[in-house]
Amino acid sequence: MRKCYFDHVATNPLLPEVFDAMVPYFKEEFGNPLSVYELGVKAREAIENARQSVASLINAKPSTIVFTSSGAEANNFALKGIALAKQNEGKHLIVSRVEHHSVLNTARSLEKMGFIVTWLPVDKYGLVDPDAVRKAIVKETILISITHASSEIGTLEPIQEIAKIAKEKKVLLHSDGVATTGNIPVDVKELGVDLYSMAAHQFYGPKGAGALYIREGIRIVPLIYGGIQESGRRAGTENVPAIVGMGKAAEISAKEMDKRFNHCKVLRDKIIEGVSSIENVYLTGHPDNRLPHHASFVVEYIEGEAMLLMLAMKGIYAASGSACSSKALKSSPVLLSMGIPSALAQGSVVFSVGIDNSEEDVTYFLNEFPQVVKKLRDMSPFAKGWKTNIESDKCYTGGQ
Amino acid sequence: MKFVHDVKADFTADIVYMMCPMHLLKLDEMIKELEIGQVLEILTDYDGALEDIPAWCEKTGNEFIGIDETEDYYKFYILKVKN
Repeated sequence: MRKCYFDHVATNPLLPEVFDAMVPYFKEEFGNPLSVYELGVKAREAIENARQSVASLINAKPSTIVFTSSGAEANNFALKGIALAKQNEGKHLIVSRVEHHSVLNTARSLEKMGFIVTWLPVDKYGLVDPDAVRKAIVKETILISITHASSEIGTLEPIQEIAKIAKEKKVLLHSDGVATTGNIPVDVKELGVDLYSMAAHQFYGPKGAGALYIREGIRIVPLIYGGIQESGRRAGTENVPAIVGMGKAAEISAKEMDKRFNHCKVLRDKIIEGVSSIENVYLTGHPDNRLPHHASFVVEYIEGEAMLLMLAMKGIYAASGSACSSKALKSSPVLLSMGIPSALAQGSVVFSVGIDNSEEDVTYFLNEFPQVVKKLRDMSPFAKGWKTNIESDKCYTGGQ
Repeated sequence: MKFVHDVKADFTADIVYMMCPMHLLKLDEMIKELEIGQVLEILTDYDGALEDIPAWCEKTGNEFIGIDETEDYYKFYILKVKN
């Protein structure tokens, strides 16, 4: 049976070149980067080379990159580190409702610590309105956190515009770039962000390596105290193989950005065109301004998990909402925030393609998916009489 | 402790919120960048620096000019006397 991995927003396969670059640091080059002898020096040099590659990928200076264990840690570090560093200036944060749980839950934990959070709504495409950001800023605002793109809906947020407002109002801007880094060109200077989170496994690097870009001159309270690693900003003996892998993956991403972008976009467009032709299936997120490898939908009258299981039986691997929402069988807060009703949000399905996918994969998928939808609808008690119940203008998303 | 105000520094290292031993590592790193006669300013909120930085100056033969206190952190001033 054909295997089609269409879940690249969950994680990417590791590139063989990346694996090869990592192997020596599991074996003979096992030194602690703080050690003064040759083994340590080599490990330290490997980390600094990786830092250079990650910095280049987002047009930043190497000294502005702090390695973390994941994108989630980078998001936690950004929000908590800035909130604690700037709490004497104010205790107000602005966070959008389409953030990843690592931003949402960190902001919620800050609320419990006495910070005040304004939760910004989004429109039907999942877009944050820059004017709403401007209106939400008060004298006590110290940080704005808006994702560059949500991995659930793929919509690219107007970060540049929001950054201009943040700069004008002298408020720091953090953006979660986990879904974007390595998949679209990112230039932190052009974007105007002050902090930017990344995760290696989203651009064909290993799990266990992430990074936070912190613009020069920004003070931040560490999340993890201990030694002098990462210039005292993130303690703990470094995960050298994973960091080396992140560096290699960043280097390859920079070189292959256009090729990767175009390859994925062609496949994604075919998926959007094919899936949208099925009755009562709606595209979620923005129809054009979205991640090049991302196609997300809600399918009426059936449940996302059931689709995933049936697709998996056909060798097609996809996602339904975020991994955590999916496990908890909860309606995605991201989809609900876009005005999609809870029942419809249960039918969420996300297909995210990568460089390892081919046109044949998409053709196979487009042949199988309508049959899966039909089979599940035939079994669904909600689907009975659906054709007569649907109003013609019932359009929840931008894709219709 | 010698308190000073309005000292003009040639270089500044901002390590506010960084813990021990970042103040000593930064001193070692930054002092190499200075010419003899230039002043280094270290910004830190680490209390241990009150003891460590003057002691480091004595040990290395550089001059500890003094500290200036702000609400949130200290400013340490060090004059490079020798290489």
